[in-house]
Amino acid sequence: MFDVAIIGAGVIGAMTARELSRYQLKVVILEKENDVAMGTTKANSAIVHAGFDAEPGTLKAKLNVAGSEQMEEICQELGVKYRRNGSLVVAYSEEDMPKVQELYDRGIANGVKELSIVGKDELKALEPSLSDTAVGALYAKTGAIVCPYELNIASVGNAMDNGVGLMLNYEVKAIDAVEDGYVIHGSGEDVKARFVVNAAGVYSDKIAEMVGDHSFTITPRKGEYMLLDHDCVGDITHTIFNVPTKMGKGILVSPTVDNNLLLGPTAVNQEDRDDKNTTPDGLAMVESNAHKVIPNINTRGVITQFAGLRAVGNTGDYILTSPRKGFWNAGGVESPGLSSAPAIAQYLVERMAEEGLALIPDETFNPCRKALHKFSEMTMEEKNEVIKKNPLYGHIVCRCETISEGEIVDAIHMNPPARDVDAVKRRTRAGMGRCQGGFCGPMVTEILAREWKIPMEQVTKFGRESYLNYGKTREVTSHDEG
Amino acid sequence: MTKVDLVVIGGGPAGMGAAVAAYDAGVRDILVLERDVRLGGILEQCIHNGFGLHRFNEQLTGPEYAWRFEKELHARNIAYRLNTMVLDITEDKVVTAMNSEEGVFQIQAGAVILAMGCRERPRGALNTPGARPAGIYTAGTAQRYINIMGYMPGKKVVILGSGDIGLIMARRMTWEGAEVKMVLELMPYSGGLTRNIVQCLQDNNIPLLLSHTIVDIHGKDRVTGVTIAEVDENRRPKMETAQEVECDTILLSVGLLPENELTKKANVPLDRLTNGAYVDQRRMTEIPGIFACGNVLHVHDLVDYVNEEADIAGQGAAQYLKDGAEDTAKITVKPGNGVRYTLPQRISAVEKTTVFFRVTDVHKAVKVNVKNDEGTVLLSRRRPRVAPGEMETVVLTEKILAENVGKTISVELEEV
Amino acid sequence: MEQREIICTTCPMGCHVTVTMEDGKILDVKGNTCPRGDAYARQEVTDPRRVITTTIGLTDGNVLPVKSDNAVSKNRIPEFMQKIHHVAVKPPVQIGDVLIPDIDGEGNNIVATQNATA
Repeated sequence: MFDVAIIGAGVIGAMTARELSRYQLKVVILEKENDVAMGTTKANSAIVHAGFDAEPGTLKAKLNVAGSEQMEEICQELGVKYRRNGSLVVAYSEEDMPKVQELYDRGIANGVKELSIVGKDELKALEPSLSDTAVGALYAKTGAIVCPYELNIASVGNAMDNGVGLMLNYEVKAIDAVEDGYVIHGSGEDVKARFVVNAAGVYSDKIAEMVGDHSFTITPRKGEYMLLDHDCVGDITHTIFNVPTKMGKGILVSPTVDNNLLLGPTAVNQEDRDDKNTTPDGLAMVESNAHKVIPNINTRGVITQFAGLRAVGNTGDYILTSPRKGFWNAGGVESPGLSSAPAIAQYLVERMAEEGLALIPDETFNPCRKALHKFSEMTMEEKNEVIKKNPLYGHIVCRCETISEGEIVDAIHMNPPARDVDAVKRRTRAGMGRCQGGFCGPMVTEILAREWKIPMEQVTKFGRESYLNYGKTREVTSHDEG
Repeated sequence: MTKVDLVVIGGGPAGMGAAVAAYDAGVRDILVLERDVRLGGILEQCIHNGFGLHRFNEQLTGPEYAWRFEKELHARNIAYRLNTMVLDITEDKVVTAMNSEEGVFQIQAGAVILAMGCRERPRGALNTPGARPAGIYTAGTAQRYINIMGYMPGKKVVILGSGDIGLIMARRMTWEGAEVKMVLELMPYSGGLTRNIVQCLQDNNIPLLLSHTIVDIHGKDRVTGVTIAEVDENRRPKMETAQEVECDTILLSVGLLPENELTKKANVPLDRLTNGAYVDQRRMTEIPGIFACGNVLHVHDLVDYVNEEADIAGQGAAQYLKDGAEDTAKITVKPGNGVRYTLPQRISAVEKTTVFFRVTDVHKAVKVNVKNDEGTVLLSRRRPRVAPGEMETVVLTEKILAENVGKTISVELEEV
Repeated sequence: MEQREIICTTCPMGCHVTVTMEDGKILDVKGNTCPRGDAYARQEVTDPRRVITTTIGLTDGNVLPVKSDNAVSKNRIPEFMQKIHHVAVKPPVQIGDVLIPDIDGEGNNIVATQNATA
C-alpha cells in the first residue's frame, strides 16, 4: 500500500514526487514509457517564463510566478543547468505596442519583478541581430531558460534517491476506488495507494474518466521545433517572443542552456494523442518566422527537428481539481507549465495534506542530487583526476558533444537508470550533437547491452518495439570452424 | 609541455599518408593521433573493393588499402596513439588530447596536419518530415553495424541518396539477406560511380528512382514504411505521385561534410564553398604551420586523390618546419562561372600547382578556362563530360604563375 | 538475334556497349571506346564475374572482412555467401590468409582483408 501513486513521470509528476519525498511517505511513480520525461516535457520551448502572460487571478498566473521564483534554487540543488537570460516580447508595428503595454500591466498585476518596456534603440542594444522592423518590446529580466528533460530526470532521480519508487512501462488501464484509497490496474501488478495524483499530460482526461470524472477534456496541440547547432547562436542571448495570439506565444527564437538555438513552436490542435510527426508546412513556418525575427539566422545549421504535444485543457486554466477524496488531477498543464511545476507540486501536496496526508518530515531527505560528471566542462586537472580513478572517462564516445564512456555508464546506473539510447542521450547529450548519433549510436547501443546484460537486438531507441538491429550477422558455433 | 615537430590529427588514409610523406621529406619527430581503436579511419568499414586503382594500380578493399599505409608507418617507426581524442588545438599549435591511459595531455607542435576526415549528413540536416522511429540510419552507420560490429541494422530497406556509400550498402545489405526495395535520388542523375550503379543495383535488381524523395516517414516504434514522391525540376515533391512503400529501415546517403570542429577551435578560417579550410598549394591553412588534407579539407571521390593531397600536405609541413612560411606569390584562386569551388584557394609560391575543382552541374563538352582578373585567358582545356560528383583538375605551370604574381586567377566553364 | 546493352565498368567513362548475339554466339560489339570495353562486354554476356567482399565470423564472436582473391561467377554469389556464413575462423588471422580455399571449384579462395589478433 502506497501513500501516493503518481501517474505520469513528466515534470509535474517528477516535481510532485520530489516534493513528497521530503516526508515519511511511501510514494511510487507510474510511467507508461520506458523513461521519464517522455511526453510534453521532452519537447517544449525550455523556457522559465517570468509570469506576465496569464490572466491575473488564475492559477496559471499565481503558480507561474511562484514556480519561476524557485526555479534557480531547485536547479542548483539538482545540478541542472539554468540561465537567467531574460526574455523579450517584440512588437513589429506600432499597433502591437498596446499589446506590449497590456502584457506589462498584467505582469505587474501578477507580481513579476524587473519588467520594463524598451524602445527600438534599447532593443537593438539588447539584441543587435534582431530585425530592423522591431519597434519595441516587453523586457522581462527574470525570464530564464532550463533544459526541461534534464530538470525532469534530475527531479525523479532525486526523488528516487530519497526513496520514491518508479515503475516504467506501466500503463494505467483502470482505477478502482476502494474504501481506503485506490487500486490501479495496469500493465503489471496492481498498485494500491491512498492518494493518486493524475499527472498524465495529454492523457490526463482519460485517467480522470477512470474514476468517473468527466469534468474536463484535453486537446493535444502540436508544436514543431527546429534545433540549430552551437555556431548558429551568434550574438543572440535573450528568449525572443512575438506579441502573442490566442493560439500561444507565437514562434520564438531562444538560445538553450546547452548553447544551441531553438526555433518554434507551431500551434496546431489535433485529435491524435501520440502523433508527434513533423510536417513540411510546420517546419517551413518555423523557418520563415525565425527569419522574420533574426533576418541573418543560419537555418542551414539545423541539427534536428521535432514536435511536442501540449496538453491544452478546456477551462483556460490549470485543472488542479479533486473529483473525489484522495484523487488529484493535474490536467491542462500547458505553457507556462514547466515554469509552474515546482509550485504546482507544492499546491497538490498542500491539498492532499488538507485531506489527511500526514506530512512528517523525513530527516534523511537530501535535496541535492549528485550531478553527473560533465566532462566537457571540467578543467584539465579535474579530468585527469577522474580518468585516473576510472579510465572510462578517458574514452570519448560522442565526438560532437565530447561525452565519455564513463559519463554514459554513470547515466545507465544513476537514478533514474537510462534503459535505452534516447534515455542516454537526454542524460548525457551523447548523440545530441550535429551528427545525431551517427558515430556514437552503435557504441551507446553496445554499452547499454553490456551494462544491462542483454543482447544487442534487445536494446531500443526509446522502449517498446523501437529495436535498433536484428541481431548478429554470423551466428557461428565452434564446430563450424573452418 | 611535450614538444613534437609534427602532430598529425587523424590516422586514416590522409593522416597516415601525410605522416609518411613528411617523414620521407626529412621530418623525424612525428606523432599521429587517432581516436578509433585502430588506424585506417573510415576505410576499416569500407570492406568492398575498388580502392587504389590510381595509386597502386590494383583494386584493393578499404582495410587492405589502409594496411599499405600502416605498414609504411611501421617501417618508419612513426609514433601513433590510438583511442586518443584531440579536444583542442590553438593557433599557437598547442594540441590537447586525451585517452584512458594518459589522461589529458598537451603537446606543443611545430606543425600540425589536420586529417580528421568527414562525416555524413544526418536526417536533421534534410528537414525530412514525419515520425522519428528507430531504424533511420546514415549509410555509414549501417556499414559500421554490419562490417565492424557484425549486426544487421535492418531487413527491408529503402535508401535515400545514390551516393557511392548508399549504392555500396544496397549491395552489402542484399548480400547479407536484406531486401533492398529501392534507392531514391532527389537529383535527375546519380552522384555515384557508374561501376557502383551496375554492380550494386543492376546486379541485384534494385531499382534506382531518379528525381524522387521521401516525403513522409511512418512508424511509432520502428520504421514501418515511407511515402515517396517524384520531385519537379525545383526539387519540390509532386504529391499526386506519392506512394507508400513498406520497409523497416531507411538508410540516408545524402552527402558528406568535412569535420572541422577542431579546425574552428584553432581559428582557422573556413571556405563556405568547400566547408574546409582555406589553403595554399602546399595545403597550409591561413594559420602558419597548420595544414589540412583529405576529406576534412574537401570531400574527395577517391581515396587515391586523398593520398595525393596528403603527400602535398606532408611535404608542405616538412618544408615549413625547415624554412617557415613566406607568401612570395600572393595569388588568389577563385571559382568562376559553372564552378562550385577550387582548391587551393591561394598560391603562395611560384611552383607548379594542380588546381582541383568541382563543377556545379552536369555538362557535355565544355571548355575549362583559367583567367586572371584582367580577363586574360591563361589556359583553356576541353572536357568531354563534367559532373559535380567528379573532381576535375587543371595544372598551372610555373610560367603561368610567375606572370600572375599578386593577381586573382579564376577557373570557369564555357559551353562549346 | 538479340542485343544486350552493357555498361562498361572498367573505368569511370561508363561506355554503353551493345553486344549482338545469336544462339549464344557473339556477332558484334559496339559502343566501346577502348579494347577493355570489348573484353568486358564479351565476358559480361557469357560469364559475368565479380569479386565478392563480405565478412566472416570469428570464433571470438567478432567479424573479419574477407574477399574472393579473384572474380567469381556472379550467378553463384548467393551460394558462396552461404558457405562463408557457415564458417568460423579462429584468430589470429593475417591479411591475405586463405580462410576458405577453392570456394568455387575453380581454384578461387576466400582471403582475409584485415588482421585479427588472438
